[in-house]
Amino acid sequence: MKLRVADGPSNSRSTFESWGRYPTYAANVVPLHWQSDFPAVAQNLHNGILPVGLGRSYGDVCLLKGGNLLATPAMNRIIAFDTETGLLTAEAGISLAQILDFAVPRGFFLPVTPGTKYVTLGGAIANDIHGKNHHVAGTFGRHVTEFELVRSDGMVLHCSPAENQNFYAMTIGGLGLTGFIRWANLQLKPIVSRLIDYEGIQFHGIDEFLALTEASEEIEYTVSWVDCTSTGKNFCRGVFMQGDHSPKRSPLKPSPDPKLVFPIDAPGFALNHLSVAAFNTVFFHKQLKKRVVTLQDYEPFFYPLDKVLHWNRMYGKSGLLQFQYVIPWNNAREGTVAILKEVAKSGLASFLAVLKAFGDVPSPGVMSFPRPGITLALDFPIKPDKSFPLFERLADMTLEFGGRLYPAKDAAMTAAQFQTFYPEWEQLARFRDPMITSSFWERVTGDQPNL
Amino acid sequence: MTQMATTGNHTSQRKILVLGATSGIAEATCRIWASQGASLFLIARNGEKLAAVASDLRARGASFVDTTVADLDDTDRHPALLAHAVNSLAGLDVAYLAHGILGDQTQAEQDFNTAAHILHTNLTAPVSLLTWLANFFVQRRGGTIAVLSSVAGDRGRKSNYVYGSSKAGLSAFLDGLRNRVDREGVNILTIKPGPTKTAMTSGMKGSEKFADVNVVAKTIVSAIDKRVDTLYVPFQWQPIMFVIRHIPERVFKKLNL
Repeated sequence: MKLRVADGPSNSRSTFESWGRYPTYAANVVPLHWQSDFPAVAQNLHNGILPVGLGRSYGDVCLLKGGNLLATPAMNRIIAFDTETGLLTAEAGISLAQILDFAVPRGFFLPVTPGTKYVTLGGAIANDIHGKNHHVAGTFGRHVTEFELVRSDGMVLHCSPAENQNFYAMTIGGLGLTGFIRWANLQLKPIVSRLIDYEGIQFHGIDEFLALTEASEEIEYTVSWVDCTSTGKNFCRGVFMQGDHSPKRSPLKPSPDPKLVFPIDAPGFALNHLSVAAFNTVFFHKQLKKRVVTLQDYEPFFYPLDKVLHWNRMYGKSGLLQFQYVIPWNNAREGTVAILKEVAKSGLASFLAVLKAFGDVPSPGVMSFPRPGITLALDFPIKPDKSFPLFERLADMTLEFGGRLYPAKDAAMTAAQFQTFYPEWEQLARFRDPMITSSFWERVTGDQPNL
Repeated sequence: MTQMATTGNHTSQRKILVLGATSGIAEATCRIWASQGASLFLIARNGEKLAAVASDLRARGASFVDTTVADLDDTDRHPALLAHAVNSLAGLDVAYLAHGILGDQTQAEQDFNTAAHILHTNLTAPVSLLTWLANFFVQRRGGTIAVLSSVAGDRGRKSNYVYGSSKAGLSAFLDGLRNRVDREGVNILTIKPGPTKTAMTSGMKGSEKFADVNVVAKTIVSAIDKRVDTLYVPFQWQPIMFVIRHIPERVFKKLNL
């Protein structure tokens, strides 16, 4: 049976944008409010469905062209919380921001957090997100002890390492395709302060970065900003940022609401090589000393960009492309240098280049992205004729060095590249819910003939 | 989402009855009260949804949460229901009426029973509840009744005049009730929300213009604390509705609103 047709029903369409704002597709957005809404709402929907959260993934894993997006953010209730152990049970649409608002005043923190708190619990599981503590804590999925998965035929599966292990392993990092995550258990960790013991260290070159990485194995959070516009003696300069939760007790107040909103789409010329190179130089020298030690609130440490809502508008209407690879240790140094050189040579600006060493804590998720090695995340404004050829070169280089790309940040890898990066995709195809698909999945698996 | 912002000792043990507790605005309001440690009695039609809301509010710090499943269209049940709630809470400080239906305007234009149902749920049933509650608070010489009406009641428009007239009637009833009970120390708050965005509309085009449900809820909590009479939320709706109310009828009747 072919489920998807070229033209779906044309009523009640709206554009649900991913964070990169590329690509953009019209879809029918169906908000879910209650746990019982699924699979009931799906009965009357045709042309495929996809559960989505807050649309913070960059490319098309959260899009379904011409289909139905089941938006979960209004399903954000807390079901139970154990104040002794910090085990939280919540509906899948709750955001990490909402979890923090609830948990921090009670002395608990997320076990793993990405660079934005505006993602949902369900989305964090589906993309098996990682954070600055990957080298000690592994991925988000490791801390999800159980969840309820509902299939479109109404079958309800309790998934954990002990029960329905195969669905548990395929759903963590399964891009939302295995069914609808109704609720999940997340093991939070205790904190006594909002503050982070922070240290920022300037580095020049990949070897200094690697030395700092090795020296900081015991530190919970490490991440680096790297300047990928500079060449010559400033090539691969950056700031290595590390921190631990402060062990000194201090008031656990909730965070204030963000006040800044990037108001309009910036014009296309606003981001060019000069402006970004200037930004990178300022960022590098903002830290005046070689080494800065300070106590910092967790908000600017983890979520510097969340301060400005809709910062993606800085990239203008045409949007941005993200590129994130992991290259395993045997080729990590060589691959990273080669790719950074290629980026610098291209002259395509990237503000936010983030470099980190992943650890070897395994994820329970079969399709999970992180592997032991080096990961680099870059973003580019979309310039027709230039961004995509560069992206393709970088993806091919990643492949040559034995690495892989991150689906949550991708809008451009080819089907062949994806299938080489993730040979496990055929397993995911077998566990996919027959009604659920995504534009990403259709793109990288060759338009799914057996839907 | 700083739900503790208005925490004060005076609110911590407050006893609040919520009618229509599974409505989006009511639930967001209850989360603020729960985080302040209030005691809550919740009434709604759907037991499963009500249970989900109740456990969320318990986890968020409500001192006490009790619930009853009831269809508030059944006015005969109201006295017993309200007495039970007061009994369960061992008192009552705030009654929050948040139940109501939008109804199907097109159908209501053709079918009187549809129109009558909208009027019953949104006007007759609240009048029954308000009569009991107002007399209860007058006897206690204090208390607050907060009621969700709507900007749609400020002037009838072709797109939703049946719903609008039910809310117009409700707003007029509340004005009169306030005039009667203010001198008895009872506060009546008429809440007129504009279109409200809930979390689920984030990412959708055009929804940026809608109000955030948590901001709306925060404004309602603070209006109750300040004993406000009529609240347009967000506040922009006050001048907007002022203009709409003052458009001459010979012009207004030609408009597509």
